[in-house]
Amino acid sequence: MKADNLLNSNFVRWMAADEGPETDIVVSSRIRLARNLDLIPFPHLLNQERGKKCLQELQSAWKKSDNKDLKEMDLFTFDQLTSLERQMLVEKHLISPNHAESDESFRGVLANADGSLVIMINEEDHLRIQCFLPGLQLEECYRRAQKIDDDLEKNLNFAFDDTRGYLTSCPTNVGTGMRASVMLHLPAIVFSGQTNHIFHNIGQLGMAVRGIYGEGTEMVGNFFQLSNQITMGQSEEDIINNLNTITTQVVEQERLIREKLAEEMKYQLEDRVGRAYGILSSARVLNSNEAMSLLSDVRLGVDMGILAKIKPYALNELVVAIRPAHLQKKTGKEMDAFHRDVKRAEVIQERLAITRG
Amino acid sequence: MNCDECKKRPATVHFTQVYNGKMVETHLCQQCYVQKGGIIFDVAKQLSLPNLLGSFFVSNYNLQDMKSLSSTTACPNCGMKLGDISNTGRLGCSRCYTAFERELEPTLRRVHGDSRHVGKIPARGGEKVMVKKKIEGLKYQLQKAIAVEDYEKAAEIRDEIKETEKQLD
Repeated sequence: MKADNLLNSNFVRWMAADEGPETDIVVSSRIRLARNLDLIPFPHLLNQERGKKCLQELQSAWKKSDNKDLKEMDLFTFDQLTSLERQMLVEKHLISPNHAESDESFRGVLANADGSLVIMINEEDHLRIQCFLPGLQLEECYRRAQKIDDDLEKNLNFAFDDTRGYLTSCPTNVGTGMRASVMLHLPAIVFSGQTNHIFHNIGQLGMAVRGIYGEGTEMVGNFFQLSNQITMGQSEEDIINNLNTITTQVVEQERLIREKLAEEMKYQLEDRVGRAYGILSSARVLNSNEAMSLLSDVRLGVDMGILAKIKPYALNELVVAIRPAHLQKKTGKEMDAFHRDVKRAEVIQERLAITRG
Repeated sequence: MNCDECKKRPATVHFTQVYNGKMVETHLCQQCYVQKGGIIFDVAKQLSLPNLLGSFFVSNYNLQDMKSLSSTTACPNCGMKLGDISNTGRLGCSRCYTAFERELEPTLRRVHGDSRHVGKIPARGGEKVMVKKKIEGLKYQLQKAIAVEDYEKAAEIRDEIKETEKQLD
């Protein structure tokens, strides 16, 4: 299968930091559209038998479609994937942690080889069409996701109501059914101690700030996910415009503080970046939080031109490659926390050595 | 500080009781506290999204209403009851949106600040919706034309509305 890549390599499309705009701060953009079949119970009420029928209906619509993007996708049902493999999809940010918990045959993903298009099947809704791209590219993500939506809709009867819009399992998604989000790397804002203040203001504007693995996850490595909360009373374009505007402002703020740091704290900044690089290139045991925080410092150094030889996409890859499931897949066996820490240090050094050329 | 009971695990539950005017402080670990019949308040769980959403649904009713509603009203398609929805914060199927329309309205307003969809309309089956939206838009323009006393334009728009309405039959 083409999409086997998603399990065998670390790289997925959103990591291509040389491709999108603002990738020094906006790591990636995502659009997610929730769609359901009319009158068929939402996934949380599906049993094996009805779930199977639901999957068959979705599958046949997919096979009938002549959309190029859909044709290039592969279907993985969760009985075919090990829990480790499902976890790898979570670590790549392609599916939610909740979705990965299931091993049922009527749940799964439809995905293309570079992981830019991933449809979650029977997660919280029957379909969650997602497009992921590097940098700030929400419009392009929406264009691609909505094309898939249009094509699937030719053969599926989506639940839609004149006033309520697209009907979803949870009333927080009804209306557009759309969640737009950006993943941001904000070390300077965090350093300045202004995080709470900024995030509070963003919250007032109908947006949410979360850790990188979505709802209920902690913030690590100065990465944040910004997304819209409201799905009614605003069109898809409005939602994307709002998120774009806010993101641009946060990006400007981050750049401003970075410039100030470069001017006023040049030595401290270079020292921090240098130390982080030093530890990463010679430590033998690295736990996840320490590695994430050092990688964040190195990334800042790379984005600010202090460390010139490391490629930003390699850092994107590393953030995923050092997660537990990826480490264990690479080693080919289950490992306890200590052995993962050892492997983590090894993987980082390998990757840094490769990119230094 | 270690637990007063097992003396091994760190104490995480602390409370002060008054016996006959004498204050007694107790420090227990979670396990010993539960063994002694204590109740753990799982705040994170109590305040989880489904629970909070669920409480929105029922807060529009008083207790008497609730009892009669949860026993009688069920979605004719999937059988979900209002009680189930308020427990999980999830609806059962697309039909639930009409079955519980009245209960949903204030919830949607609270969550989104609005309860109307203004975005994308699916092409298939959405033709009627598009016609309806077009008529709504025309009616709005008609009002505006009347407001500025442009009766010529108002007449034009009125004719267009009539023409468009034919598409709905």
